[in-house]
Amino acid sequence: MRASRRLLASTDEEAVVAPGNRRWSLRRRLTVALSGFGGLAIITLTVAPLLGPTPIGLGRVFDTSIPFADNVDAQIFFIARLPRALAGALVGASLAVAGVVFQALPRNPLATPFTLGVSAGASLGAMLVITLGVPVAVSGIPAVPIASLLGSLGAAGVVYSMAPLRHRGLSTTVLLLAGVTLNSFFSAIIMFVQYSADFTQTFQTVRWLMGNLDVSGFQPIVAALPLTGAAFAMFATLPRALNLLTLGSDSAAARGVDVLRTQRVAFLSASLATGAAVSLSGPIGFIGIVIPHLVRLIVGADHRVVMPASACLGAAFLVGCDVVARTIMAPFELPVGVITALTGGPFFLWLLVRRQ
Amino acid sequence: MTQRFAWFILVAWLSLVDVLHTQTPQRIVSVIPAVTEILFAIGAGPQVVGVGSHDQFPPEITDLPRVGGLIDPDVEAIIALRPDLVVPYATQGDLVTQLERAGIPLFAYTHGTLRDVLTTIRQLGKRTGHATEAAAVARGIEDDLAAIAGAVSGRRRPPTLLVIAREPYSLRNLVASGGSGFQHDMLALAGGHNVLNGATSRAVQVTTEILLQTAPEVVLEVRAEETLSASEIKKEIATWQFLPSLPAVRNSRVIFLTGSDLVIPGPRIAQAIARFALALHPDAPLPTQ
Repeated sequence: MRASRRLLASTDEEAVVAPGNRRWSLRRRLTVALSGFGGLAIITLTVAPLLGPTPIGLGRVFDTSIPFADNVDAQIFFIARLPRALAGALVGASLAVAGVVFQALPRNPLATPFTLGVSAGASLGAMLVITLGVPVAVSGIPAVPIASLLGSLGAAGVVYSMAPLRHRGLSTTVLLLAGVTLNSFFSAIIMFVQYSADFTQTFQTVRWLMGNLDVSGFQPIVAALPLTGAAFAMFATLPRALNLLTLGSDSAAARGVDVLRTQRVAFLSASLATGAAVSLSGPIGFIGIVIPHLVRLIVGADHRVVMPASACLGAAFLVGCDVVARTIMAPFELPVGVITALTGGPFFLWLLVRRQ
Repeated sequence: MTQRFAWFILVAWLSLVDVLHTQTPQRIVSVIPAVTEILFAIGAGPQVVGVGSHDQFPPEITDLPRVGGLIDPDVEAIIALRPDLVVPYATQGDLVTQLERAGIPLFAYTHGTLRDVLTTIRQLGKRTGHATEAAAVARGIEDDLAAIAGAVSGRRRPPTLLVIAREPYSLRNLVASGGSGFQHDMLALAGGHNVLNGATSRAVQVTTEILLQTAPEVVLEVRAEETLSASEIKKEIATWQFLPSLPAVRNSRVIFLTGSDLVIPGPRIAQAIARFALALHPDAPLPTQ
């Protein structure tokens, strides 16, 4: 009840109710949230490449008098760590904002980027390439990310085509049910593929499913960037419409929102962002559900603040978790998904209890 | 007195039956490729009535019934073959429990070091009634290993990364041999210095940072599948161009070998080590296999 009152107020451009019932202007809240979460993201991104299992000297990294081929410190910094931190930021931001959108679209707080079958589609694509050993590489991009992207977009297409048109927009219940069903269906095929594969391939597929940000170079990031960029450009058009959509399709339509168009853009952009993220890193869980809720607990429910804040916090959180994952047991590393859930979970529960 | 004597006769007879029974099994089921190869190499092949689904060598096993593999053993199929000895992998806990419950004698096996391969060959020989042949096979391998060690001795041991698996056409999720286990021993005997010597586990997931930090001069990649075409192998080697500064890449010392002998710790292990040695030291006077 309190949340919906806050939302009603938040549709007013000038005055909105911030947590604690203080009335702050949108601009002020956006400035505070972005300087906080954005600052955190920038700090994490700056510090992350400096930390790792191998001690490297910053002086040596930027020393141009040593040829790059002989400068191991520079190689570790520019080939191993920097791309990895950037990949973490891209994936974290994409999954967090996709989570916000996927929760707003069916108005279901339990939805995640992986609920609507997008991730299972991506996983199936990757599994097939790993086990069949498909010898395809398009302009230097290996087959696994391409197949997982195609799988995710295929799954999104199937789920979207299932949802029937209602008098106002898509049936979000059918969207959710179709997504959940497709998830189980794809998981069954994945299990079958794994069962039929030999031992080494099964091991490889399991490793892929754990998620991994070690992209070894900028190329995979550059390949994912156009898709992520397109998704974020679409995200930028959504916040106001999503705010109104949260009140229900009828109310939103009464206030001038083109419900069907908003739902289409939301579904397409979030699927694209998730597909690109999963093809870059494999499925990394937890970010898409917890970061949006965490941000809402702190800044309120206005999507104009929640979306950019989630992008920043998602990026900072995943990059930070990856630093922990690759240093805590150095020289070996833990799957980053272990750290995201182990550190984020208790913190989120603590915040939930404290807010009550 | 007569009664005591009768008891003695009975116990002795039962023990004799038991000893005969455990010593010379006539219906053996082998679930693991390495064990299947060993059994055939030591002359116990005619006693084998079932093999693992992934076993491919030797050719004599083509028509034998299949009983599943390491992660999916088919206990029903195994019991239906009425075996008097089953050789599972020691970590197949459920299978071992079920077979024990069915009263079927077991020989638990695990992959170990290079030395363990020779021990396993001798033990399996004793267990299957082929002790002499097994000893000869083990001695033959020992001689081959000594010859290889002699051929590469005194040469510089290049820092080498032994890659066991990675994603196709990508350097991601790369797994290499750590500082223990038979594959590490194979590399050491072939005259290579494992760059992951310090890792205690047998297989290590290697990140880009570790690749750059350890700077291997040779990358030796092994794959069990022999289905890869020459052009596919060429493309897989070219994948290493993602890390052009790696010494092995700069000096074109990325070597890609295929064959099940490279990954199965069985009687063909000396042949596999000779292939490693030839790859690492092309000019060494290696005995022709």
